[in-house]
Amino acid sequence: MKFCFDLEMLIKDLCLNEEIKMSENKQEQKSNKEKRSVPLGVWNKCDNCHEILYAKELNQNKKVCAICGYHFKFDAWDRINLLIDHETFIEYDHEMTSADPIKFEDLKMYKDRIKSAMAKSGRKDAVITGEGKLSGLKLGLGVMDFSFLGGSMGSVVGEKLTRLIENSIKEKMPVIIVSTSGGARMQESMCSLMQMAKVSATLAKLSEARLPFISVLADPTTGGVSASFAMLGDINMAEPNALIAFAGPRVIEQTIRQKLPEGFQRTEFLKEHGMIDMIVERENMKHTLSRTLKILLNLNYSDGKGVKNAKN
Amino acid sequence: MKNYLEFEKPIADLHSKISDFSNSDNVNCRKMVQECKLELNRTRKEIFKNLTTWEKVQLARHPDRPYAKDYITSITDDFLQLHGDRLYADDEAIIGGIAKINGKSIMIIGHQKGRNVQENMRCNFGMPHPEGYRKALRLMRMAEKFNLPLITLIDTPGAYPGIGAEERGQAEAIAQNLKVMANLKVPIICIVIGEGGSGGALAIGVGDTLAMLEYTIYSVISPEGCASILWRDASMAPKAAEALKLLAEDLKKLHIIDKVLKEPLGGAHNNPKKIAQTIKKFIISELEKLEKDDLTFLLTKRYNKLREVGEFMENKSLGTF
Repeated sequence: MKFCFDLEMLIKDLCLNEEIKMSENKQEQKSNKEKRSVPLGVWNKCDNCHEILYAKELNQNKKVCAICGYHFKFDAWDRINLLIDHETFIEYDHEMTSADPIKFEDLKMYKDRIKSAMAKSGRKDAVITGEGKLSGLKLGLGVMDFSFLGGSMGSVVGEKLTRLIENSIKEKMPVIIVSTSGGARMQESMCSLMQMAKVSATLAKLSEARLPFISVLADPTTGGVSASFAMLGDINMAEPNALIAFAGPRVIEQTIRQKLPEGFQRTEFLKEHGMIDMIVERENMKHTLSRTLKILLNLNYSDGKGVKNAKN
Repeated sequence: MKNYLEFEKPIADLHSKISDFSNSDNVNCRKMVQECKLELNRTRKEIFKNLTTWEKVQLARHPDRPYAKDYITSITDDFLQLHGDRLYADDEAIIGGIAKINGKSIMIIGHQKGRNVQENMRCNFGMPHPEGYRKALRLMRMAEKFNLPLITLIDTPGAYPGIGAEERGQAEAIAQNLKVMANLKVPIICIVIGEGGSGGALAIGVGDTLAMLEYTIYSVISPEGCASILWRDASMAPKAAEALKLLAEDLKKLHIIDKVLKEPLGGAHNNPKKIAQTIKKFIISELEKLEKDDLTFLLTKRYNKLREVGEFMENKSLGTF
């Protein structure tokens, strides 16, 4: 019902982790080129087992708790580096930024929110799109970025994903979108809502072209993003312990006035209810994606690098 | 029993005066009735000339407003209601079936709200579960199969946020409809007749023509929800409503919708027959236009319209942020 309700929770979540994020952001700004290294002494607490983890180790472990396997939120560029072969990623539309179509103002101006989100995250908006090779297979990849206004989808996210899919149709490439988002962006109101239809319409074209779309759902994927492209994968994969929902738990609790059972709307719950094909750990994501696409597209396993797209 | 909103109070007073006078046989009273009726007209005009955004939001949710079934009954002949998603249940929050309009066969689907507690228990205040959207999907595919144009009437606070709805894949059900409607091979006309509540509305709202009645709303989030997040205070809803630009007139200006259908004086509930006629005429004339297009052209146009929604900046030098 209230797509963006989840955002509130997510924003709160963000605040809780502010210290951690701040240190990350500082680093991000400091080192765009070199691979980031976390200053010594910065630590994280695992949300699941409450173990104190050294940030450096946690980062080396791709933000997965070494003790219990809990998957933390993962930076968009780290994700691209994890999935795409070295130096093969070409980013699209990296200069695209949000306009303010309805001159939205609450306690803050939308424009100012965008400005501070840009400064905080070092990103232009909530998705990075482009093409690259995954184990030698050329494909279109979109990775959402939760650190930018809760990964919310406005015109920029909708347009960038649409172009990504359109271009993939043209180039006959499969598409992978990694979602992590609170939903549609309130501040663009109907312009945001219609992006759900826009991206879904383009996915219909991708289907007609018989090109695979693999949706990877990461923590959290809710609201207008789950109720559009994120749930439309030929194959839906999700990371462990991700919150995946239409309405966030808080909205549901408010509606039914009942505490929700543990594990409700987590990846494992979704698999049990038939909404996703498989739960894939971050560690195995690249390999699983590669296997999946190679079987789907009837390609050879043998030499990863020499594989050509079947339709080319 | 009629319902009146706060700002309709003067209208309510005049109504009760009229009914009091009408019950009397006195000649003077008849004269008074006449006078009151004139006064009523004047008052209505006065009130409706200066409606605030929040008052319009309240009109969109007016308990006396005609609902989907009222319209279907009055604008179509021989409506045959179809039930169930063939998977789980029949969700009465979405009503649908085949019918004739002006001699032409159509498929018509709408959100259904209830007039009283019993009705609302059944149709869940117009908030569908996944089975509702999957029933709609089944009917859409049937429409395509038998080449029936699809008409949808949108009127929901939103898709239901509940445990069962999540378990059965509310998000997937909505997403699937968006994808299928974008490429459904028959003309689609969508009309917002009350509340357009976010994804729950959009799930039957992708088409060739999108129209809204004059006093209806369409938004990514309810004003109350938006207020409680951004202002941290649900009572700021009127302010949020203004910021969200959710009125028919706003959305026409933003090119999100194609047409605003004028409501009779006093709103749709004041003259349900008249608004039904307006809707019927609109559907008939739109259908005539859309059916002239060949299918490829129709689908390309539909796609391009969606394609153009949204505003962003690309050139770094133009960026103001």
